[in-house]
Amino acid sequence: MTAATLTGPPAGLWTLAWRRLRADRVAMLSLAVVAAFLLMLALSASGVVAADWEDEVGVNYAPPGFVGAGVAGAAPSVALPEQAALPDNPFDPLADDIRALKAQLAARADAAPARARRATLPFGGDKWGHDIIKKTIKGGETSIVVGLAAAALAVGIGTVFGALSGYWGGVVDDVFNWFYSIFTAIPSVLMILAVAAVLQQRGVATIVLILGLTGWTGPYRLIRAEYIKHKGREYVLAADAIGASHWRKMFSHIFPNVSHVALVQLSILVVGFIKAEVILSFLGFGVPVGVVSWGSMLNEAQNELILGRWWQLTAAAIAMALLVTAFSLLTDALRDALDPKVK
Amino acid sequence: MMADDILLEVSQLRIAFRIGRDTTVEAVKGVSFKVPRNGTVALVGESGSGKSVSSLAVMGLLAPDTTVIGPSSGIRFDGRELLSLPAAERRALCGKEMAMIFQEPMSSLNPVFTVGSQIGEVLRLHLGMGRAQARRRTLELLDEVGIPDPAVKIDAYPSQLSGGQQQRVMIAMAIACEPKLLIADEPTTALDVTIQKQIMELIASLQKRRAMAVLLITHDLALVAEIADHVVVMRHGEVREAGAARQVLGEPADAYTKALLHCRPRLDQRPWRLPVIADYMKEAEAGERQRFAGGDIAEGQGVTLLHPLERERGYRPDDEPVLVVNNLSKSFYLREGWFGKREFKAVDNVSFTLARGRTLGVVGESGSGKTTVGLTLLRLHQATGGSALFEGRDLLSMTAREFQAYKRRIQIIFQNPYASLNPRFTVGQILLEPMRIHRIGADDRERTAAAYALLEKVGLPVAAFQRYPHEFSGGQRQRIAIARCLTMKPEILVCDESVSALDVSVQAQVLNLLQDLQDEFGLSYIFISHDLSVVKYIADQVMVMRQGAVVELAGSDELYRDPKHPYTRTLLAAIAGRA
Repeated sequence: MTAATLTGPPAGLWTLAWRRLRADRVAMLSLAVVAAFLLMLALSASGVVAADWEDEVGVNYAPPGFVGAGVAGAAPSVALPEQAALPDNPFDPLADDIRALKAQLAARADAAPARARRATLPFGGDKWGHDIIKKTIKGGETSIVVGLAAAALAVGIGTVFGALSGYWGGVVDDVFNWFYSIFTAIPSVLMILAVAAVLQQRGVATIVLILGLTGWTGPYRLIRAEYIKHKGREYVLAADAIGASHWRKMFSHIFPNVSHVALVQLSILVVGFIKAEVILSFLGFGVPVGVVSWGSMLNEAQNELILGRWWQLTAAAIAMALLVTAFSLLTDALRDALDPKVK
Repeated sequence: MMADDILLEVSQLRIAFRIGRDTTVEAVKGVSFKVPRNGTVALVGESGSGKSVSSLAVMGLLAPDTTVIGPSSGIRFDGRELLSLPAAERRALCGKEMAMIFQEPMSSLNPVFTVGSQIGEVLRLHLGMGRAQARRRTLELLDEVGIPDPAVKIDAYPSQLSGGQQQRVMIAMAIACEPKLLIADEPTTALDVTIQKQIMELIASLQKRRAMAVLLITHDLALVAEIADHVVVMRHGEVREAGAARQVLGEPADAYTKALLHCRPRLDQRPWRLPVIADYMKEAEAGERQRFAGGDIAEGQGVTLLHPLERERGYRPDDEPVLVVNNLSKSFYLREGWFGKREFKAVDNVSFTLARGRTLGVVGESGSGKTTVGLTLLRLHQATGGSALFEGRDLLSMTAREFQAYKRRIQIIFQNPYASLNPRFTVGQILLEPMRIHRIGADDRERTAAAYALLEKVGLPVAAFQRYPHEFSGGQRQRIAIARCLTMKPEILVCDESVSALDVSVQAQVLNLLQDLQDEFGLSYIFISHDLSVVKYIADQVMVMRQGAVVELAGSDELYRDPKHPYTRTLLAAIAGRA
């Protein structure tokens, strides 16, 4: 490069990566989609939108507005018989209590006149008449947070293990590799269930731990390979020659040069973990009752689908597909933009 | 030349590369040259001159989606215009009528197929031979390119052959279909000097025997003198000078050609300072010669008034030894079978003395252990035996903690400036880091000032401080690497092939810089190189290594004048351009 180009503003690797990313239309589109999801997440977490998702605004299984109320299988066609039709059972020891409860309920219903339940909702309603759109937004909050936090945990563990193992080699490497082999020898679903069984409580934090503690193996292997490749490079030898410590060589010299691997792993795992949360919730190891996630929505949807109520499934699936696709494309573009092979 | 005698005619070739959506960089700017039948033409130039790009365009090997070939360009081969041929016809020409050999034989051969099957594939594909016939022909070809014992080697994998043999296989593959034109792109650059000579002789003899044309692409003018009839000198995508080899090399008309001819250190002269391209270009512009009294720079002496014509080299009896190495050994162990291991002696009982302010040249071919000597002295490899006494203390037997204090006093400059600088650090970070580690300078402000001063010393603009290594050229990067070493004010500098990866003109600049620094700071160099002319220029004493052992150690004038060991003589005889 000549002196003339040296007078321009300095462009760092990150600036260059951003420039390359900006030139990629697909990448920018997927970035916009991901950003929109994150914005939605922030808004719903702060209670600006979808805070009232639990309001039962529609009739049970209210069909989407664009379908119309009269569709077969939409509104409950078989009206449930009135509770009053059941005669009191004189042998029931709880008969008095039940009567009292019923009276209490009736009194409350009189006090707060039941809001008119809508026959249709913009994208339909679930069993309790929750608005599906709001439910999907709220569910996204859990799913995306689980995806991001668990992926960060997994990549963090994988990177540290991989760096130690790859840099030191020898016995250290052997120990980590044995540990890795034991982990990967167990079928992944079994592994997840085992960790879930040990942790024994349901909650978002638990899911993050489960996924993070079982998902580090992929990043570990890749980062380890990168460290093995880089530790013999001349710039590391040069750092050794000027007297840099092992810690310095590992994390201040080598890590920035392999960080693209960690970053790309992070985004791949985010996608994977959003899907894994769905599976966990589907299996009943996921989020606790009362918390909604895309996974729990899909779990509910399996019964609804038989009855022809497809909207909950569709909403969760579209949201997931959109985010996962956008994230994958962004990941791909990031990988290209961050490749340190700059001329 | 009659029109009919011309096999390949490239006219007004313009090639641009797309680097962004709508930005292009022009690599070749209107290049024209002709290759006669049965003649050898050399395209000579430094990196970025467009010589390889031009030859790839002839072969049609440029990626069509990133390259734009100018509309006025023409490539006529044997009466046909190649640029307007359909892709399928063009592909049929490649390999059959024209063939190419590349720089790196190791990466040009497929490692998972035997060499026989790779040559046979060419024969079956282009000449439609049967399996048995192809094998017979392959044996003949291997014999023709001088592979010993072809009946065995035909079933060898590329990794089982040496670099020179691999290049011979590549040549066999290229000549398999009896092409009319052979394009050789830096065919010997990756090979050892002795092998280089053999390969060039092979290409020359094949050219004569088969009456084919050869287009040789190289950066090495000395090589050209031996083989080419015509020379085309290129720079920055333009032809600077073209003509008969004797004329271009003997009486160059262009300043750049002159510079290229004289920038390389020569075996018979040792100027005080090597001339650099800028000297010639300036002279060409202004006709300014007064600066160089005492000699005409056109004769390549670059002498200033202050200094005598030639530099004296050699150890003097009163030189103070700074590093005494005794019986240095380094073995690597290769695992063999289940429990066995085989010892491989990379360095075997090497002893030498380095004097303060002097340079020890270490010469050898690949695998001679010369680099291992350097790395072991810096403890980047653990020595297996021997000692290295620095101020009476053995560097090799110290604990790591003790050695830390010595690290700043013995430093290394690596071969590849593209690999030895961390791409994620700015030049500033690169220079400040060693000073921070060794607590040189009171605070960062003082260190920054020192770094600025060093940048200036190695001839880089101060603005370089905030930039990343990838923004610099190879020569500039090597200067950064040198500046990094200088931050620690070392006493011994190991230069491991430090100028080998650089262009001839840049090489001269870096050699001058190293020499200036030695004159100013009294540094001692261990200069490791495969290039005997460079070593002759810079070294006071030369150590010749072969297979880990020292075969000869003598003062540099003495060694070149009167080599004792036959291996040294072979090496010296292999230097291109030496009568």
